[in-house]
Amino acid sequence: MQYLLLIYVSESDESKMDKSTLEAVHAEYGTFTQGIIQGGQFKGGERLRPVATASTVRIRNGKTVITDGPFAETREQLGGFYMIEAKNLDEATAIAARIPGARHGSIEVRPIWPMS
Amino acid sequence: MTQHAEAQTAVATATAEAVFRQEAGRVLATLIRLIGDFELAEEARQEAFTAALEQWPIKGIPENPRAWLVDVGRNKAIDFIRRQALFRSKYPDLEMSAVEQAAAAPNEDEADDAAFGDDRLRLIFTCCHPALNIEAQVALTLRAICGLSTEAVARAFLVGEETMAQRLVRAKKKIRDAGIPYETPPPHLLDERIAGALAAVYLVFSEGYAVTSGENLIREDLCSEAIRLGRLLDALLPNRAAIQGLLALMLLHDARRKARVTASGDIVLLEDQDHTLWNWPQIEEGLALVERALRIKGKVSPYTVQAAIAALHARAPRESATDWPQIVGLYEVLLHIQPSPVVELNHAVAVSMVDGPARALNLLDSLAARGGIDDYHLLSAARAKLLQRLGRKEEALAAYRAALKSARLEPERRLLTRRIAEFDKQPARD
Repeated sequence: MQYLLLIYVSESDESKMDKSTLEAVHAEYGTFTQGIIQGGQFKGGERLRPVATASTVRIRNGKTVITDGPFAETREQLGGFYMIEAKNLDEATAIAARIPGARHGSIEVRPIWPMS
Repeated sequence: MTQHAEAQTAVATATAEAVFRQEAGRVLATLIRLIGDFELAEEARQEAFTAALEQWPIKGIPENPRAWLVDVGRNKAIDFIRRQALFRSKYPDLEMSAVEQAAAAPNEDEADDAAFGDDRLRLIFTCCHPALNIEAQVALTLRAICGLSTEAVARAFLVGEETMAQRLVRAKKKIRDAGIPYETPPPHLLDERIAGALAAVYLVFSEGYAVTSGENLIREDLCSEAIRLGRLLDALLPNRAAIQGLLALMLLHDARRKARVTASGDIVLLEDQDHTLWNWPQIEEGLALVERALRIKGKVSPYTVQAAIAALHARAPRESATDWPQIVGLYEVLLHIQPSPVVELNHAVAVSMVDGPARALNLLDSLAARGGIDDYHLLSAARAKLLQRLGRKEEALAAYRAALKSARLEPERRLLTRRIAEFDKQPARD
């Protein structure tokens, strides 16, 4: 099965990290990513720019409306994702638990709905 | 039909029903393993049972009814998947390989008790998977493992049948779509998953033993199902302290069932219970289990400690001969490994039996001062009793009234009302 692992972390906490901490976190992500590539579970994954750079698109009454945001009042924001292949939910959650962000943020594990 | 044939049919029908009641959980567990889909396995089991009701009265009861039910159920499921594969509507993700897998499984496997045991264990872990909420875990377990009808599960938890049916459908859908496995957890997850399954079992028992609202104090059916689940877990995963501890705890509490309530549904407190009404064989079983659980090496389980406390109460020949110092000690262990306001409350009550009411009242006041359980009627009732023992009548009366205000269970309300009424008969001590 395929799962999308959504990494939610606090942008404000991350912005307060000093340079050496950030480098250490980056290195950890690198090690984790290499691990799941070698394990054959990696299908894709990216880091996202902060919510401040986000735009939202809606079509209302046939008109395309583009707005700044979203700026929902949440403590944690979507900061990145991995797409993985796992045997079942136990394997997927075990991989999610290895993501460095799981220690201070949270990882949402969503099964992919296969198109047939 | 002759009278003889009619009688034979009736016997076969009754046997089929008895077999079904007994084997429902096992047959479903095995069908889920073979088919890999909860709902389809349930349908297949239902069809197998219908076929049994038709065929057994005519052809006689098969030598191994369970294997027969699994076999018929599996074939029904294979037919169903083949039909669906043609239309690809309801189960688009079930591939023909599932059919091959189900068809390839050898028959002698199904006759093997050990294999059935493993299937039920797998299913318990699926039903009690942490990715399902606790209500769903409990409902699925009662439905799939205990074989209770959806209507019975709904009644047990005081929700409508439709609501319960939806809860079960959602849970089964999540199992399928999120890929919750039908597997005994790997060793590094086993203890944690056992703890999860035990929490669900204990919730069933607690709901049966002290329902949280309404007219009846005890729901015996739920207590019995919880004990059945505890026995099953103990048989499938022997020599696990937490399982034996919980089973012992449930056996010892449940053994006092008949003595806890009067014929008119009023509460009888432990100190007033008639010990001859206790289920002594069950107490003996519970006591032996506590001993065994305590001897198992490793971290002590909170269930075992609670069972040991229940064992001391059961061993006391009369209330006044209770080993309170040891009970206080056990509550202190419990405060250390699983602290909670309820444990603090029970600890304070035990302290009052060793060091007197004044020290216990201090403990309760400190608990109340930390807040969070202001409307907890048991706290008010315990305070009232201590105040009464200290001769502080007015405060005791006020505490009983506070307890009555927050108690929701009818028998508890009647008990508190009786306590308040008793004040008028007592001579003032202060």
